[in-house]
Amino acid sequence: MVQSGCKKMLEIRWHGRGGQGSVTAAEILATAAINEGKYSQAFAAFGPERRGAPVLAFTRIDDNEILLRTQIYEPDIVVVLDHHLSEGDDVGEGLKNGGIIVLNSTYPPEKYAKKFPNARRVATVDATGIAIKELGTPVTNTAILGALVKATGIVKLESVEEVIRERIKTHSEKNVAAVRSAFAETKIFDREGHE
Amino acid sequence: MKRVGLSGNYAVAYAAKMADVDLIAAYPITPQTPIVEKLSEFVANGELEAEYINVESEHSALSACVGASLTGARVFTATSSQGLAYMHEVLFMASGLRTPIVMANVNRALSTPLNIWNDHSDAMAERDSGWIQLWVTSAQEAFDATLEAFKIAEEVLLPVMVNLDGFILSHTYEPVVLPDESLVREFVPPKPMLNRVSPKFAYSIGVVGPPEIYYEMKYQVVDAIENSRHKIKEIDKEFGNKFGREYKFVNEYMMEDADYALVTMGALTGTAKVVVNALRKEGEKVGVVSIRCFRPFPKEDLVALLEGVKGVGVMDRAVMPGGPSNPLFADIATALYGSSRRPLLQNFVAGLGGRDVSVEEFKAMFGLVKDVVREGRPRSCIYVGLRE
Repeated sequence: MVQSGCKKMLEIRWHGRGGQGSVTAAEILATAAINEGKYSQAFAAFGPERRGAPVLAFTRIDDNEILLRTQIYEPDIVVVLDHHLSEGDDVGEGLKNGGIIVLNSTYPPEKYAKKFPNARRVATVDATGIAIKELGTPVTNTAILGALVKATGIVKLESVEEVIRERIKTHSEKNVAAVRSAFAETKIFDREGHE
Repeated sequence: MKRVGLSGNYAVAYAAKMADVDLIAAYPITPQTPIVEKLSEFVANGELEAEYINVESEHSALSACVGASLTGARVFTATSSQGLAYMHEVLFMASGLRTPIVMANVNRALSTPLNIWNDHSDAMAERDSGWIQLWVTSAQEAFDATLEAFKIAEEVLLPVMVNLDGFILSHTYEPVVLPDESLVREFVPPKPMLNRVSPKFAYSIGVVGPPEIYYEMKYQVVDAIENSRHKIKEIDKEFGNKFGREYKFVNEYMMEDADYALVTMGALTGTAKVVVNALRKEGEKVGVVSIRCFRPFPKEDLVALLEGVKGVGVMDRAVMPGGPSNPLFADIATALYGSSRRPLLQNFVAGLGGRDVSVEEFKAMFGLVKDVVREGRPRSCIYVGLRE
């Protein structure tokens, strides 16, 4: 299982749509890791910035300085912010064997076990529902962070909350509430023989 | 001192703020915009007491900087790509008038086709404008180089351009150690600086230089940038003593016993180092040399590092269409021409317009350098990753 005291570099790829805050999520995670004393990079595959267009963002986390400046082709972890994208086939592309995938979905994680054969762990959370309830708008980036922390333990939940309070000036407490309820509601499927 | 997560752009903005600039004149352009956005925020919320001029173009931005600099103000601007190109004629005036302006250039490809992504064509096109050019490989270096730039500019009376790769650095969040502002104030000299223009002491500046004058005036810029080396070295050393990080003109990695090397500039140096680590494990004697101070060109340092190496690949991230090679290669070849122990040189072009340069492609470049050494002669420029 991925733990916060990581021995090797972890690479995370984020899939979302313009306006859902994928890049911000990648940056919040990196900042949380940096605040925990680790090395981290967050960046995006920037294109023309349009609301609704598919967006890719990336985070690397390591105990040592990160020198690599390429995009991420074989992520350890994939996070999907948009529930329509979760149903697509390409989000699992390049996922490392034994990797983890975190999906915004109202379905149980078992539904995706066959679709992502490389994933040893699949996690789902209704991030859209949580975002609408807590924030009144389907911006899923903070909710999905709660699910990611639950599924991976990659950083501490408090570290994420601290960065959100510092970075999101309006409605920061509502976003913290979204992170917490996603953390509580995330469902996890572990492939047999791996745990 | 605190360790925070910052983008390369914000690291530059913090450096300009801590250097206590008096005036910022800028026009937004991707991927530079977050620098001046952050600075305008600092000015608006009172964290930085400075004049912030929103201008209608980059030509005006740099013109405003030149004028303000002549009054003795500490000035800063930032741009990218088409914005830098639009500043072209004013760049030469800034160096000719010996104005110590600091500019961050967030490297981006030049049109056409329109492209917002990273390569080095913008800065290379302004190579001969008489500006000192520093190139960085991380957000931390972007912060540090910007601070050094103010001190260098003001001591040698030349403008300094700090180059950071668009998106790869400008929009990447990573750890940056921000020193205490009081320590920065100690490092960057107190104002006021040389005041050449004021209402009390008005005279014309930048007037006609006929053939009897122009040549000598131009030579003064040549002489000033040549002689800036000593000051740049001294200031970098002082920075190292104060903040614990020293950069020198070139950064060498695993060069002590290297048979083959790659010369790079900018953030992709990091990927090259990762590949060197992997190849070293396989027993290959390879190294990387990254140029941090491109103007003035570190000729002596490069000769000392590259003499005796069997083969050297030079990775250009800009092209010189119709030229004998590409810009970085041309400079390296010129620097080594006089050496009897010069290595075999192979030119590569990679990563134009933001094309990712992969680990495999860096491995291939090292392999090709080895191949051309075996073959005994270099090939014409190899365009890495180009679809045929």
